[in-house]
Amino acid sequence: MNFVNLALLGMLVVCALAVSFTKNLLTSLIVYMAYSLIMAVIWMLLESPDLAITEAAVGAGITSVLFFVTLKKIHALQGDRDHEQAQK
Amino acid sequence: MSKRRSDWQNRPQERFVRWMREGYLALDEAIEDSVLQPGEAPPEVDPELAAQHQEAALQHRHDRDLALDRLAQYDLYAWTLTKGRRLIGRLHVLLSLLLGGMIIFFLLGTVAHMPRFGAADVPANNEVITRYIEQGLAETGATNMVAGMILDYRAFDTLGESTVLFIAACAVLILLRIDLDDKGQPTQQLIAEESDDRHYEPKNDRILQGTAILLTPILLLFGLYVILNGHLSPGGGFSGGAIVSSGLILYLNAFGFKKAGRFFSYKTFQWVSFGALGFYGVAKAYSFYCGANGLESHIPLGTPGAILSGGLIMPLNIAVGLVVACTMYIFYALFRKGGL
Repeated sequence: MNFVNLALLGMLVVCALAVSFTKNLLTSLIVYMAYSLIMAVIWMLLESPDLAITEAAVGAGITSVLFFVTLKKIHALQGDRDHEQAQK
Repeated sequence: MSKRRSDWQNRPQERFVRWMREGYLALDEAIEDSVLQPGEAPPEVDPELAAQHQEAALQHRHDRDLALDRLAQYDLYAWTLTKGRRLIGRLHVLLSLLLGGMIIFFLLGTVAHMPRFGAADVPANNEVITRYIEQGLAETGATNMVAGMILDYRAFDTLGESTVLFIAACAVLILLRIDLDDKGQPTQQLIAEESDDRHYEPKNDRILQGTAILLTPILLLFGLYVILNGHLSPGGGFSGGAIVSSGLILYLNAFGFKKAGRFFSYKTFQWVSFGALGFYGVAKAYSFYCGANGLESHIPLGTPGAILSGGLIMPLNIAVGLVVACTMYIFYALFRKGGL
């Protein structure tokens, strides 16, 4: 159990660093989702299921969806850019 | 040409440059002005020639001013690229070092003055926690101790949280909503957004629709379960509302705004949020009034563990869940195309 905790914490740190070091916005958003999911598992292991449910629903779900929509709005998704270039 | 030229000459930047270089340009201008004076032109000169002359002088002056303008702009540009850039960069580094140092200093100072973790005499180890743990079940009737705390002992905080969410939704509504015009017709911007939305998200995606048909009922059911069982098991209004809203968003994505608009409009949002927040306020006002004046509350607590127990906790959970679900859904709709 201790090993699992340590591994999860290590992954958490890796994810947190990766979010700020990735150049692509979409990639960093997906890494951020992974961060939230790992955090939810850690809350579960810390015996606070209330927080785990909220983290999974809000952190990994709603927040990321809003981020995705914003990226689409500002035309920062890779596919959008290709599409626009093709149109031009 | 003359109109454009006079506008161009009276720009603040132009006037500044002229003022700066007036010293050695005054003579030039005086000579040109003498050439340009129409009254002083010698009478024997051919008028056509004089007009040509004047035109050439104007052209020359215009070219020279333009060149000076470009030179000044280039100087400024070069300055931002070399010295100015370095200066501002150094200022940024200095400011961020200062800010970071201050934050580190204050945080370390706070930590140094904290009592030892887990000591018996720390302020956090007071009778409140003991009371919550020992008397919580009897006083609130909620098997889930967290729900008992956030919706009974500290319900005022939760009211504040729901209100903050509601205000955030209102702010997003003000910022991002694209309205119909005065006559009730869609404006140009609305049509553009609409076509943009259609353009990026093709309708009738079979895979998405199939997944949504399977998942939406499950998500809604699970969300309702989490909300209604908030006082018995982990979960509650906030997380349940988020799950419900994710189900609604999935439905909206798969089937479009037209179908989703059948059950959710601005009216729904207004009335559900208003009703839920109002009910929350009235219910808590009643229990605060009773508690503060030592009156007996007439809300039965029920048997702990039964679905109808915990006094006000279950209705309050439902109210919070409704507010959260509506807010998240309207966030998504507004972010996506500025309306429902």
